[in-house]
Amino acid sequence: MTLDNIKIVEASELRAEMQGLKAKGFDYLSNLIGMDWGEEGGLGVVYCVENTQTHEQVWLKSATANREQPVLPTVSDLWDIANIYEREAYDFFGIIFAGHPDMRRIFLREDWVGYPMRKDDKPLEQNPLRMDNEPLADDTTEYSLQPDGTLAAKKNQIFGEDDYVVNIGPQHPSTHGVLHFRVALEGETITKIDPILGYIHRGVEKLNESYTYPQTLALTDRLDYLAAMQSRHALCMCVEKAMGIEVSDRVQVVRTILDELQRIDSHLLFFSCLCQDMGATTAFLYGFRDREKILDIFEETCGGRLIINYNTIGGLMADIHPNFQRRVKEFIPYMRKNINEYHAIFTGNVIFQNRAKGVGPLTKEQVISFGCTGGSGRAAGWANDVRKNHPYAAYDRVEFNQVLRESGDSFDRYMIRLDEILESLNIIEQLIDNIPEGNYKEKTKPIIKVPEGTYYQAVESSRGEFGVFLESKGDKSPYRLHYRSTGLPLVAAMDTACRGFKIADFVTIGGTMDYIVPDIDR
Amino acid sequence: MFDFSIVTEWINNLLLTLMPQWAATLVECVLVALAIITLYAVFAIILIYMERKICAFFQCRLGPNRVGKWGSIQVLADVLKMMTKEIIDMKNVDRLLHKMAPFLVIVASMLTFSCLPWNKGAGIIDFNVGVFFFLAAGSIGVVGILLAGWSSNNKYALIGAMRSGAQIISYEVSIGLVMLTMIVLTGTMSFSEICQQQADYGWNIFRGHIPALLAFIVYLIAGNAECNRGPFDMPEAESELTAGYHVEYSGMHFGFYYLAEYLNLFICAGIASTIFLGGWAPLHIVGLDAFNQVMDYIPGAVWMIGKTFFVVFLLMWIRWTFPRLRIDQLLTLEWKYLMPLSLVLLVLMAVCVSTGLTL
Amino acid sequence: MSNNNYFSGLFCGVRSLFTGLSVTIKEFFTPKITEQYPENRKELKMFDRFRGRLIMPHNENNEHKCIGCGLCQTACPNGSIKVTTEMLETEEGKKKRSLVSYQYDLGCCMFCELCITACPQNAIEFCTDFENAVFDRTKLVQQLNKPGSKVAEKKPAVKPAAPAATPAAKPQTTDAKSEASNLETNSAV
Repeated sequence: MTLDNIKIVEASELRAEMQGLKAKGFDYLSNLIGMDWGEEGGLGVVYCVENTQTHEQVWLKSATANREQPVLPTVSDLWDIANIYEREAYDFFGIIFAGHPDMRRIFLREDWVGYPMRKDDKPLEQNPLRMDNEPLADDTTEYSLQPDGTLAAKKNQIFGEDDYVVNIGPQHPSTHGVLHFRVALEGETITKIDPILGYIHRGVEKLNESYTYPQTLALTDRLDYLAAMQSRHALCMCVEKAMGIEVSDRVQVVRTILDELQRIDSHLLFFSCLCQDMGATTAFLYGFRDREKILDIFEETCGGRLIINYNTIGGLMADIHPNFQRRVKEFIPYMRKNINEYHAIFTGNVIFQNRAKGVGPLTKEQVISFGCTGGSGRAAGWANDVRKNHPYAAYDRVEFNQVLRESGDSFDRYMIRLDEILESLNIIEQLIDNIPEGNYKEKTKPIIKVPEGTYYQAVESSRGEFGVFLESKGDKSPYRLHYRSTGLPLVAAMDTACRGFKIADFVTIGGTMDYIVPDIDR
Repeated sequence: MFDFSIVTEWINNLLLTLMPQWAATLVECVLVALAIITLYAVFAIILIYMERKICAFFQCRLGPNRVGKWGSIQVLADVLKMMTKEIIDMKNVDRLLHKMAPFLVIVASMLTFSCLPWNKGAGIIDFNVGVFFFLAAGSIGVVGILLAGWSSNNKYALIGAMRSGAQIISYEVSIGLVMLTMIVLTGTMSFSEICQQQADYGWNIFRGHIPALLAFIVYLIAGNAECNRGPFDMPEAESELTAGYHVEYSGMHFGFYYLAEYLNLFICAGIASTIFLGGWAPLHIVGLDAFNQVMDYIPGAVWMIGKTFFVVFLLMWIRWTFPRLRIDQLLTLEWKYLMPLSLVLLVLMAVCVSTGLTL
Repeated sequence: MSNNNYFSGLFCGVRSLFTGLSVTIKEFFTPKITEQYPENRKELKMFDRFRGRLIMPHNENNEHKCIGCGLCQTACPNGSIKVTTEMLETEEGKKKRSLVSYQYDLGCCMFCELCITACPQNAIEFCTDFENAVFDRTKLVQQLNKPGSKVAEKKPAVKPAAPAATPAAKPQTTDAKSEASNLETNSAV
């Protein structure tokens, strides 16, 4: 999608504009992207809000020329997720959001100097390797804009003296990676959660600015490793659309099949890890046993199991393997049979039912406000499937249901995923015998240059809407390449979902939210 | 049935010919202690190997198979590793309590281990209130766990220890009541007596039929919880509390907890087989004399250990199937389901015994 | 009502537990899926598209196809390829670029296949070899062109130009450290 006419809003009118949009039903803030347009454009933010009823998107941007103390008004009171997005923009661009209650860094250390995503920042010179422990403050700052244009700072407390704060992470078996939660407990009951991110942040977005387009592709597999196919698909589609490359039907269908296989792969891992987290180690291995079949299919056709590296700008790296169709067709009935085993050993189990039903519920309003897309959102009844709302690839020619549930608790989040495995199998079944003939790759120029402009492409990745925002100045490298993380909103919603529940429920809720850390720490 | 007391008598007489009474007793004590420690270590190794293999087979795997044939000396290698590991001294722990806690746990475990009747005449600690002694000695372990959690100065360990305290104290109620049910049936508290009765009149689980069968199930659940094993392993719940109360232990101190956990499993199964499945009493079927004769040729110790490992297998099967409970559900299970059930069973059994409804 | 719930809940719960137990006991007796890795080395064949390690195939005359254009080096996002070339004079008097060493650092390769896509001569490819573990990081830096190898000529009639690595010809870039490690890596290749 080419974003030709992003509406430019003055900082002073931003809040009024946003409030108006929110009132008009634009209740889902899908993107809030910090930008550095250099000396003349200034520092700013690109917003994307979506109407969850009509799926209409509105893109806006707002900038300030003041590089010393750039201030924009906050929208964190309108959309819950803006809280964490604005902290990200503050962390990387130094944009201060006036009225934001918690203006702390989120990915970088609290003693970091400079704002690394600014084009003129020199992070290496300002930040020698620090050998001391990372400071973690118990209070935070809220800035507000005074009438005379100066900023006033106010201290807000995160954890008080009497809070019993337990660190869950960065090294903890149930955070699924290097994620850190500071959890305040009252006995075994959780009273507050403060996520601290960035332990494996690799600066992918910053790296991309110095990479050529084919090189940026290599990093998408390393974001959400359980949605490698879909993330790469999104970036390829974005660049293809920007350059006006039409890929063949064959490519579209193969990409769709592989996306769905990847989704099954991810959901199987979700199932396995949830079982492991809840102490059912045996069911964990059953999931892995079946996931192996998918990985074999991937490896045979794409050459990789986790780092799949298959989509490329203009098509695919190689045509599908001659065995591909046979293997996938063998897999479909096998998987359908084994899903029943999962239900028998785990879903129906009274212990699991008691631990999951009614635990960590999120209402539809909350998931929309937090932007929890994917299964976690659909469990609360929010029809957010990008495959339905903004069809791409071959999704417009297949029949499938968007699985929705009502209560939004852990059990629903779990069931959504198991049901989606079946839906994905249906999609694959419809396509696998009808792969059209055609080129597997369109010819592209040896050096790929994307025409100047701003582009956005979203796909339904394994755990929600994965978006690629690309701003090009016509070079062989992107000017700014931002990925909409699927996991960040899920982590942001953890505090709301966990409050009042037990520490054991934290594990269940975290497991069913299904976030993947490398995708949060891009 | 072979009576093991013949052997012990013979040793006793032999010693008395060589030395005075007090010296003979001393030597016997040492011999018995050696026997307990050896058996303890041997069973721990067998159990750990068994658990790893059985768990693997439930999980479509093969389990350890690198060290020795079928991985048979894997556990020995692990024991060696554990013994050579450094015991790390932490800065802010309560030194004395921190070092004492694992010993309390292992002492409790060994004391209860000594209560098992291995064969006719081969009970180590055996007196007329053996069941009481078993329950009392078993409770020392919880002190060790609480001390470990408290002295470690670690939030995870503290939560784990508190969970463990709540859990063990609750489930001891059920265990006590269920044992009481069986005492009502047998009319004695001595383990050797209980076994002898079962050899004479048939296994308790058949004699006591419905209440005994239900009591057996309650005992298995409560016993599993007593051992802190899945699905009741909240005190260590590795995905929540990383390792719970023993998170700060290393080397052999950790090894003691590990050892005690497995032996408690064995003891739990051993007591189950003693009071429900006849202990060393062979399987007799009324009317099949030839069959009964063959059964009698199998030594009592084999019966005892065989039954115990059967129960151990049941417990492992349960552990490797179910997810972990949450602490409030765990307590609900005990106080709302198991405890009322065991009270009912106690009354039922008393009625059965007094009206002569037992077989 | 609540009493009914109590007992029906108890009953359903117990039944679900037994369903779970029946699943696991069935799996207990089904054949196991574990791969017996070092033992099955002979039968273990990787899929032919598997990206194990970059290699430069040589033919029976110890000739490879690399012309030393360096496109792979530019395409690599991590800088794991280092191509060293020299200019040689052919018999007709034309200057011609020739490969001296093709260094590949397996340790920082991310298997993105961009080098292979970029290569105009199909001179490099991934092999399916997966046992790449070494004890020393420097051993991961490998020289892909075999010692004494040269470029395969398109026209076999024409005599190849001068032996590939004459001592007189000075490589355009030399790196003492990588030269030293060549000795070790050659044996591994």
